[in-house]
Amino acid sequence: MKRITIDPITRLEGHGKIEVFLNDSGEVENVYFQVPELRGFEQFCVGRPVEELPRITTRICGVCPEAHHMASVKAADAVYHVDPPPTAKKLRELLYQAFYVTDHTTHFYILGGPDFVMGPDAPVAERNIIGVIAKVGAEIGLKVINIRKHCHNIIKMMGGRSIHPVFALPGGVSKAMTEEERMKAEEVAKEAIEFSKFTFQLFEDIVLKNSDYVKLITSDAYAHKTYNMGLVDENNHTNFYHGKVRVTGPDGKEFAKFEAKDYRDHIAEHVEPYSYLKYPYLKNVGWKGFVDGMDSGVYKATPLSRCNAADAMATPLAQAEYNKMYETLGGKPVNATLATHWARIIELMYAAERMMELATDPDITKGSPRGTTKGIERALAKEIRTIPSATPDEGIGVVEAPRGTLYHHYKTDENGIITEANLIVGTTNNNAPISMSLKRAAKGVIKKNGEITEGALNLVEMAFRAYDPCLGCATHTLPGQMPIEIVVYDKDRNEISRRSRM
Amino acid sequence: MAKPKVAIYWAASCGGCEIAVLDIAEKILDLTAAVDIVFWPAAMDVKYKDVEAMADGEIDLCLFNGGVRTTENEHLAHLLRKKSKVLVAYGSCAHEGCIPGMANQYDKQTICEYVYQGSPSVDNPENIRPQTTHKVKEGVLTLPALYDTLKSLKQVVKVDYFVPGCPPTDERTWEVLSAVLEGALPAVGSVVGAGTTALCEDCPRERKEKKVKRFYRPHEIVTDPEVCLLDQGVICCGVVTRSGCGVQCPSVNMPCRGCYGPPEGVADQGAKLVAVLGSIIDSTDPEEIEKACATVMDPLGTGYRFGLANSILRRSKLR
Repeated sequence: MKRITIDPITRLEGHGKIEVFLNDSGEVENVYFQVPELRGFEQFCVGRPVEELPRITTRICGVCPEAHHMASVKAADAVYHVDPPPTAKKLRELLYQAFYVTDHTTHFYILGGPDFVMGPDAPVAERNIIGVIAKVGAEIGLKVINIRKHCHNIIKMMGGRSIHPVFALPGGVSKAMTEEERMKAEEVAKEAIEFSKFTFQLFEDIVLKNSDYVKLITSDAYAHKTYNMGLVDENNHTNFYHGKVRVTGPDGKEFAKFEAKDYRDHIAEHVEPYSYLKYPYLKNVGWKGFVDGMDSGVYKATPLSRCNAADAMATPLAQAEYNKMYETLGGKPVNATLATHWARIIELMYAAERMMELATDPDITKGSPRGTTKGIERALAKEIRTIPSATPDEGIGVVEAPRGTLYHHYKTDENGIITEANLIVGTTNNNAPISMSLKRAAKGVIKKNGEITEGALNLVEMAFRAYDPCLGCATHTLPGQMPIEIVVYDKDRNEISRRSRM
Repeated sequence: MAKPKVAIYWAASCGGCEIAVLDIAEKILDLTAAVDIVFWPAAMDVKYKDVEAMADGEIDLCLFNGGVRTTENEHLAHLLRKKSKVLVAYGSCAHEGCIPGMANQYDKQTICEYVYQGSPSVDNPENIRPQTTHKVKEGVLTLPALYDTLKSLKQVVKVDYFVPGCPPTDERTWEVLSAVLEGALPAVGSVVGAGTTALCEDCPRERKEKKVKRFYRPHEIVTDPEVCLLDQGVICCGVVTRSGCGVQCPSVNMPCRGCYGPPEGVADQGAKLVAVLGSIIDSTDPEEIEKACATVMDPLGTGYRFGLANSILRRSKLR
């Protein structure tokens, strides 16, 4: 009962089916990860005016609508060949950083964190944020609730709604920021930086000071040597909104760096008959199946892969922690899946620091008359809007969603009506690595005769959770829901064990 | 007295309604003090079979979000109807199909053709399609079949109350929950957690007589923040949409797209929007009228964005 109130997100983002097959000697032979739904957004976006897509594609996912809002509007800018004014881009990015703070906080404290704080073998009833609070103090729960709430307030203030914001449109944003609003954003940014510092300390005390956890993080059961993908700025620093997509190899070297518009030269999607979700891979390496290494096109697009694909973080406190992670875990690249949690809090700090930079940027209130609560004024509108004038045709927008690089690709007729839409969504990037991690973890923890203990189930799930998979997003192509379910079959294909979490 | 038993279930939805429930933030602690949540797949580990084992009517209140797209959604809709005293269609998807209902313009084959073959990034030389049953060397893997048509909850089972919104706002969500706890619900079949009139009644923008020569798309024009968007030629669905959201989209100069569904007395939101737009074109010259009409870009995707599945049109003709 107590778990319900504070540990709700755990399953919110996790829909999937895992089938485990055992061999003659009762050991894991193969594991299949299936995603059993598809929605059809790409199809029914056809016929819609392109400027409506930033407000339609948000409904792909109620957890990360901001990511779709941003990728979509960047694609719509490109369709109209329009470059929004600097203040408009800063406003979009500011809202996006506020979103990153809430999203990474949710994952770290409610989804992933409890595994570490309580330990993977802790009873289910304790392995949630309630357990975390009981262990480390009640004020943490309040801090988590508050930071999420305050960031959602900023999103609503700027974007009109706290879920499914609406303010971005081709050429800019629909509302400027007043000085009063800016002050609120600055206040929340300050809170977010303090919260991130606190989170680093918590991670240090609970995870890093426990050698068993460090061992678990670096264990082979949770490591994959794949390519890494992430958006970087002109200095090769991680960026969530601007820049080029960079791919580094399992050896840590740059393999490719490309603009969003060239994504098709680098990414292709493989189809398997047992899952509705496709498997993106690096086209110039090729699909070699569910294997890692230099010769396999499988790549990851996660907080950890963003750290691996970048040379550094763009803000000081995030950069200090970034250095510490690589020093602790033996240099770049880090391939340990569970280190993704560490990378996520480095990004939490970056989002908070970047939020502060933007909230204190002298340009941020341009377009708004000082001291009033009025939004856009005709005379000032040019600061936040460029009215498109070119004939619309085709555009591709990319941002880093918390769960991976997000691509929106639209083609339109001369009136800006969509004729084709293609989406590659955060979690989808990681479909192959998730499948591989699950297999490796299952082999590591499911022992003979296929009995699944609660602890073993959780260790398998930990591999899954590190990716913070959002299958609501990934299945943008069909609505619906499905449980995460693990089924084990013996050599004669008889079901011998089944655990499910809805 | 025993605490009321509450179930929260998500069918074909994006998760935004679940977040909306969470966003009542610290009040959720009051909620869990007042009720027993007996089933919430997104939040807890209760299994379907536990719900099946419940007595009929054992659940006092079920908030059902999401549309009905798969056999599983449909099964759960029937099951929860049977087990619940009060069944609430919570949020736009359950209420009227919402944006995923726009897939009813197409069929599953068209969707799959594009996703697995037509898409510019797919590489599928062997023309593979996901199969409901597929044999691998270790055994047989199954996937649920897709339906062609998305249905709203009331198209599948009897619904007691409807909470509109994509998603419902957190204040309204709390109002609905409090009303249930206090036993202050209105007549069965009512829309709750929203107003009854059009959104315009709540909108602070100044309205005059509506007379437009043409319509503008939101990115084509800088609007006056004090004046009705429709008066300025921007198609705003507020006039055919139920009040209750707090006028969120117009507060940032964006037009309403109708997520709260039609107000009392309006049977079909899209048809009503077309009627409204027709009535405000300021001309008697057929050529001029035709030109004005040509500036309405996507009537289906505007007036039926949230309600296609539940509308008179419901879906396109299946091949």
